[in-house]
Order: sequence, then C-alpha cells, then structure tokens
Amino acid sequence: MSDSAPPETLLEVRDLRVAFTGRARTVYAVNGVDFTLAAGETLGIVGESGCGKSTMLRTLVGLYEPKTTVCTGSIRYSGTELLGVNESSMRRVRGAEISMIFQDPMSYLNPVLKISEQIGETLQRHTSLNRRERRGRTIELLRLVGISAPEHRLKQYPHELSGGMRQRVIIAIALACEPRILLADEPTTALDVSIQDQILRLLADLRRRLGMSMVIVSHDLGVIAQTCDRVMVMYGGELVELAPVRQLVRTPHHPYTAGLLRSLPGSVPSRYLHAISGMPPRLHSRPRVCSFRARCELATEACESWETSLLEVEPGHAVRCLNHDRVRIDD
Amino acid sequence: MSSGVPAPVTVPIGTAEDKLLSRRRRLPVRAPIVVGAVLVTFVVIVALAAPLIAPYAPNQQDLLHTLEPPLSPSHLLGTDQLGRDELSRVVWAARVDLLIAFGVTIVTFSFGTLVGVVAGTFGGIVDAILMRIVDVFFAFPLVVLVLAIVAILGNGLIYLLIAMWAVTWVSYARIVRAEVMIVKHQDYVPAARALGYSRWRIMSRHIIPNAIAPAIVYGTIDAVNNVSIGASLGFLGLGVQDPTAEWGKMISDSQAFIRTAWWLPVMPGIAIVIFGLGLSIIGDGLADRLRDKSDA
Repeated sequence: MSDSAPPETLLEVRDLRVAFTGRARTVYAVNGVDFTLAAGETLGIVGESGCGKSTMLRTLVGLYEPKTTVCTGSIRYSGTELLGVNESSMRRVRGAEISMIFQDPMSYLNPVLKISEQIGETLQRHTSLNRRERRGRTIELLRLVGISAPEHRLKQYPHELSGGMRQRVIIAIALACEPRILLADEPTTALDVSIQDQILRLLADLRRRLGMSMVIVSHDLGVIAQTCDRVMVMYGGELVELAPVRQLVRTPHHPYTAGLLRSLPGSVPSRYLHAISGMPPRLHSRPRVCSFRARCELATEACESWETSLLEVEPGHAVRCLNHDRVRIDD
Repeated sequence: MSSGVPAPVTVPIGTAEDKLLSRRRRLPVRAPIVVGAVLVTFVVIVALAAPLIAPYAPNQQDLLHTLEPPLSPSHLLGTDQLGRDELSRVVWAARVDLLIAFGVTIVTFSFGTLVGVVAGTFGGIVDAILMRIVDVFFAFPLVVLVLAIVAILGNGLIYLLIAMWAVTWVSYARIVRAEVMIVKHQDYVPAARALGYSRWRIMSRHIIPNAIAPAIVYGTIDAVNNVSIGASLGFLGLGVQDPTAEWGKMISDSQAFIRTAWWLPVMPGIAIVIFGLGLSIIGDGLADRLRDKSDA
C-alpha cells in the first residue's frame, strides 16, 4: 500500500508462552511465539488441530481462564502492554480496538436476542451513540457486510438466518466500533465452499476499505493464500516458519510446511493424497529440540541435540529447521 | 431489449406477500396456551371483581336459610351451614388463593433464580455452599416442612406465606443453576467477552435469558402446587383462619355436611380445578413451545 516508510507496527508479540495447568499435568499450548503485525497487514496462521493457533489468538485479547492458565511473554498493542493488565482495561480494548470473529456462526450468536440488539449492544458498550444513531449505524453495518434489506433483518432472530448470513452478522458486530485489528478464528470452516469464498472476499474487501489489520487462523492453506500478506506456520505450539505468503508457498524452508503444501489435493501429481505420517506431538512438556523430528523425512543426527531457534533464511523469512536448505516441495 | 436478454427479476422485500410470510413464520400461539390463559384470566377477573360479582358479603350469615341447595331462589350455588352464600364465598376465596399462588411463586421464583444464577456463575466454593443448603431443604418432605414452620410461627395467612417462601425456592435454585452451567459454556458467552462486555452484562443479557426458560415452565406448575399446598394446609386448619373464605378450608369445613350438602365441597373444588387446570395447560404449552424452539 505504501511505498515510503514501513507502516507502523500495531501489534508486537514477544516470546508468548501459554500453559494450562491441570490436576494431573500441564499442557504447554504455546511455546515462545514472536511476531509483529503492521497496520493494514493480514497475517495468516496455519497449523493442524491442537497446534496452539486458537489458543494464541484468544490469548491476544485475554480470553483465557486466569485460574488455570499461565501466560508469559509480551503482547504490545500500539506500544501498551496487554498481557496481565486488569480485566476492565482489557474490556476497553476488546471489541473496540481488537475484535474477534469465530469459527461457528451457528453458535456464536445469542439465540434470544434480535439482530438489532446484538449489534446495538456492542455500540452501546463502546460508543456514546443514542438509540436512533445506533439504529442508523446498525443498518449501515449490515449494508457494509452485504446483507440485503437490512431494515428487515433487524427484527429477525439468529435462527431465521442462514449460516453465511449469520457469519456476516458476526462480522458486522465485530466491525461495529471500527477496530484496528480483526482476529478471525477459522472464519469459514463451518461454511460451505461457495459461501466460504464470499466471506473471504468480504473480509479482504473490508480490510482494504477500513484499513484494518487482520489475523486469520485457519488450517486451510487455500484460505490463507487467498487473503494473507504473510503466513506463520505453527507446529506443537511453536512458530516453525514465518514468511510472505508467495515465498512460503513457492519455497517453503520447513519440512512441515512442505508437507502441508504437498498434502493439498493436486499439488503433486499422484493418485493418492499425500499425508504427513505420524501424529502431532503431545504437549506435556516444553519442547527443547525440534518437535517435528519424529515425523520428518529430513531429520538427521544433529536434529536430536539442536536446541531450536528461528533462522533467517532470507529477509523476512524465518524458519525453525537445521536442514532448511534441503527442503523441497516436489521430490 | 432487442438482444433478447431477459431483464433481471428483482424480488422486492416488504411486499404484502412478504409481510404475510413473515407473520406466518412466527411460531403460532398454540391453542392449549390460549385455553389455559382463558381459564386463568377468568379466575383472576373473578378475584379482582369479587365485590361486583358476589351477591352477598362472604361472611354474612343467614341462619334461617342454612344448607340451601344450588339454584335456590336467592342463592345460585346454595348456602352453607351458617347460611353464608356459597357463590360469594367461592368468589372472595379466589383472592386469597391467588395471593397464595402468585405471592408465593413470584417470590420463590425470583429468589431461587438469583441463588441458582450466583451458584452457576461463580461455581467453586460458592456453588458448593449454596447447593448443600438446597440439598438440606430437599431432604425433608416439602409439605411436612411447611407444616412444621407454620406450627412454630403460628396460624395465619402471612405465616403460611413465610413458610412457603422459606421452603419452595430451592427447586428454582437447582433448575436455574443447572441451566446456567450449560449456558455459560455456549460459544456466545466467550464471544460476548471478546466484544468487551462486562461480567454483569454477560450475566444479565446473555446467560440469564437463555437459562430461565425451564424455571418459567416449572413456575406455572409450581403455582398450581402452591394452591394445593395452601388448600391442604387450610384443610388441616393451618394457615388461613375463620371466617376468611379459602377454597381448601371451605372443603375442610364442609366435611361434616358432605352427605346432606354435596355442593359445599364441590363448588370450591371446581374453582381449584379451573385454576389449576388453567395453569397446568399454560405450563404444558410453554414447555412444548420451548422444546420446539430449541429444536429449530
């Protein structure tokens, strides 16, 4: 977008670690993730189920159970620390500065409130608009997210809307206060493919028009490739690769990323779908050495003892792998 | 025009047909609820308009015309052993019985719901303490406990109310707590947190409205129960005292005359049936509707 100075950094996450303490044992869900998000940028986070994507996203807005969750590190939102601040100042950020949309539009709307009430409530919470202004703004928002006949929709309840429509309403709620960052936790997973495409286009369009930054979590590389500027690949609670989206898709430098790309249908000429063998790691201890080595085709003796760190293979392209120069998509 | 491309068909929203459709789409109020509402409303109107409906004062004796059968010249439903007009007594008794039904139910519903919401929301030690208290109440037979409290406090309508308030809120607390436990793990609760809503707002706007339905249904049935408990205690001579008319007590007082004056127990009995049936039907209808909604 800009051709001069690099855009301002909105969100800066440093060494974020999240662990859940249970009765029997501790689960280390996120293990030292660092990244930054620039104004207007879209960052994608991919990884398989249980790799800590959603946990990390929720931690960004402080949505965790404080009694059983230990979070360390630093989350700075335009210069101010968010991790560990009290609930009431966190509430001023949530919804107003950083908004979030969720995976399943069927269950994230309150079934007993009308659409107008659900959107109006956010405006009531974060703005000083009066009733009439809130109604006007609500209609404007519904139009913004592409809902036809918004005046008509205001009076409806969530069960009267289709899945795609509900996801649009959820997006409208999230955008009500013009947040600077929109966190999207698998926004299209529960929708069928044609609606999925519409919602992704809508998100990309809204981001451009409103100048927001977005973080999109998905396990679908296609979704990420369509919408994001940069991609972060997570495995076992760790960031394993971070790169601009084209670079990551063309020349991945982590064997896990390469495996994910190979397992996309049609990416390699073969009758069978490629699969990464083995199981994702259990997160009962903090990884010291590479947690992917058990499933890795490129693993060597050296991997057993290498205490991992992010290596910068190209400017803006970091990877957590010793053998990054041997990684190929097609072999 | 000439190219043969058909003009795009636009379907306007807000036409007459559309309005008709949207009206249709609302859940129809089922007939049972209407029937129940009519019965209950009838009793409520009778209670409110008692001075207008009752031909005599409820306690006015006429010892020259005792035990007259129904349809006698000046007493539509006959008279009792003291010559009091049965119709007037049944009508005036509606006030007392409605007071028991609604006066008890509203208070216990509110208090029990509050306890249930607090227990369900906070969980942990708060929940444990509140629910153990509830368990203690459940360990006693309900009517016996009410009896014991009335026996300690003394006879009278207000003591009857106090005893029932003290005992019957526990069911609401248990129902609401269980429901809150379910609702607070629904996805829209963390979604509300993600929008920066306060705990209080989430509780009052997002959790309670979704958790309260079963308690409302139970409330309609509980109101019937309360009438029957009130009537039972009246029958036992506790609670409402002479000469106040109350349906249960009227039945109790007529025991000695059942063989000669069947109308004395039957008339207040019919009144209890009308009111109880009305409330039960409403409760049943509400339960059906709520089930439909959750299926949708």
